[in-house]
Amino acid sequence: MLFYLVKRVLYTLPVAFGVSIVCFMLVHIAPGDPLTSVLPPDASAQLQQEMRRLYGFDRPYYEQFLRWFGRALQGDLGTSIATGRSVTSELVKAMGNTLILAAFATMIGFVLGGLFGFVAGYFRNSFIDRFASLLSVIGVSVPHYWLGMVLVIIFSAQLGWLPATGAGPGGSSDWAWDWAHLKHVVLPAITMSVIPMGIVARTIRALVADILSQEFVGGLRAKGLLDLGVFKHVVKNAAPTALAVMGLQFGYLLGGSILIETVFSWPGTGFLLGNAIFQRDLPLLQGTILVLAMFFVVLNLIVDLVQSAIDPRIQRS
Amino acid sequence: MSVSPIVSVRDLTVTFKGPPDVHAVNGVSFDLAPGEVLGILGESGSGKSVTLKTLLRLLPEKRTTIGGTISVAGQDVVALQGRALADYRGRVASMVFQDPALALDPVFTVGQQISEAVIRHEGVSKAEARKRALEMLERVRIPSPARRLDAYPHEMSGGMRQRAMIALALACRPKLLLADEPTTALDATVQIQILLLLRELQRDFGMSVIFVTHDIGAAVEVSDRLAVMYAGKFVETGGVRDILRDPRHPYTRGLLAANLHGAEKGTRLEAIPGAPPALHEAPTSCSFAPRCRHAEERCHHALPPVVPLGEARNVRCILAEAARQDA
Ligand SMILES: Nc1ncnc2c1ncn2[C@@H]1O[C@H](COP(=O)(O)OP(=O)(O)OP(=O)(O)O)[C@@H](O)[C@H]1O
Ligand code: SF4
Ligand SMILES: [Mg+2]
Repeated sequence: MLFYLVKRVLYTLPVAFGVSIVCFMLVHIAPGDPLTSVLPPDASAQLQQEMRRLYGFDRPYYEQFLRWFGRALQGDLGTSIATGRSVTSELVKAMGNTLILAAFATMIGFVLGGLFGFVAGYFRNSFIDRFASLLSVIGVSVPHYWLGMVLVIIFSAQLGWLPATGAGPGGSSDWAWDWAHLKHVVLPAITMSVIPMGIVARTIRALVADILSQEFVGGLRAKGLLDLGVFKHVVKNAAPTALAVMGLQFGYLLGGSILIETVFSWPGTGFLLGNAIFQRDLPLLQGTILVLAMFFVVLNLIVDLVQSAIDPRIQRS
Repeated sequence: MSVSPIVSVRDLTVTFKGPPDVHAVNGVSFDLAPGEVLGILGESGSGKSVTLKTLLRLLPEKRTTIGGTISVAGQDVVALQGRALADYRGRVASMVFQDPALALDPVFTVGQQISEAVIRHEGVSKAEARKRALEMLERVRIPSPARRLDAYPHEMSGGMRQRAMIALALACRPKLLLADEPTTALDATVQIQILLLLRELQRDFGMSVIFVTHDIGAAVEVSDRLAVMYAGKFVETGGVRDILRDPRHPYTRGLLAANLHGAEKGTRLEAIPGAPPALHEAPTSCSFAPRCRHAEERCHHALPPVVPLGEARNVRCILAEAARQDA
């Protein structure tokens, strides 16, 4: 197990290095000069030269990359052109907020999706199954920014129960564990949970149906287990895949929430990324993309390790 | 038979609702005494597995219609429901499956799977159940049993898995063991070991066994009595020796001829020309007639009689009837 763990971690390093090169290049492939957005349109050529030298944009790409990469390793991702604050501190704050939102959304999605999936898989082709399947199809296919806006219209605008935007009272972006902050997370989390809910429900439904059709379930009944006893076996057989799916969904939520964070003005990484793109804030953009990409690399690693710890069949291969 | 039977089956029919319907078992009757071993022989699709599964009520409830009566240790098996059915399974009667690689849960250890059954039926503590599991693994002679207790099924060889499956099936000391081709999935050398083990445990525990197989050699090895099954019926039943020495049903004769003369041990029973009938309707004539050299006109029009020939010996064929009248 230890060997597997070390091997799996070592595998990750070249992947991470490759990813960081791609992140660096992606931004440079985009047309235009990153400085044009910060400099006044009538800036003199000399000033432009000066700025370019200051930010190091006049150096060859490989040198820029090595310098950037070396600093990134030490946690320094440069300075945001737009705000002048360090990219790292911007990111840490945004990541915290995104993490909170994603965690709530995953929790809601996994609990509801798991419930629907299990019930649908157990009573396949029954009324309950069709209902649960319908819900999960809706979950996956409804545009979530639209759903977000509908929720805002009902619960914020009409009923006035919950705030529509921000992460805390008075537009504050500092999180705290109290109701004043919690109620800000309710609507975006529900909106965000819809997709993982649909995916988790569909996966678990198929999983449970497949497990129930296996011969060993007959074996369990043959030794006299009651429904609850059989259920225990189904859960443990389904757990590795279900957890892997949940982990990946969590990962997707950590990265891909530009739309929802924008709709709710939730100050997370998606919101930050959106801003970095619109403002052509190169260091911020590179840093954000790099960190998000690394999230996925690490996430896959964790999912793998957890899965192999739970499922005895994976370890020895 | 002086002792009252532990298993008593009368006119058992099993039909799967279609479309098309399948009449898998069409009137099976037999008794089994305590400590007796019945071997069921028959070619693929003759209804052997369905008969066994019915004895444990393992068939899909909604699509299956069961007719006739089954009594095991005084319980009306056809009427069992819910908790009473679960209490019966594994405790009164239990099953060893053909392929232990499929019949054991891959993500639970062998020890857990045995303990679970013991806890379920005897309500003992975990430690107690684990002790029993260890005992059972010793009993089926798995090497280093204490270590194997915490092994997963995939960490064992096929033969060892089948031993574990047997340990599981016998953990609660059932009165009746149902074994559905317990050696078919194993290597030839291992097959014999498993057969001998089954025979030994059967004697030690004094349980009754119904043993389904394709392999006449194996059936002869472990059985006291044989039943030859064809198209959902027992066409011939009797003591092992009686049937070997003097098979009466043309199908039995075909089977024995095909398998005893020069055929290798362990080959499948498929040497009789022709194919078994589709079972979409309940038979109204001799199901073997299309393949039978002795078939007469009436064989195609009416069910042949069940002809009793001595103690616990029955043959479903008009030829047997004629022979009895001659005698
Ligand atoms: N669950 C089921 N639903 C519908 N038909 C079934 C089911 N189980 C078995 N059958 C049918 O019942 C008939 C008897 O099957 P069974 O499995 O008892 O044969 P068998 O004698 O055990 O054959 P084999 O030697 O191949 O195991 C077959 O025609 C089979 O297709
Ligand atoms: S009853 Fe007739 S057809 Fe059937 S086995 Fe006997 S002789 Fe053959
Ligand atoms: Mg079978």
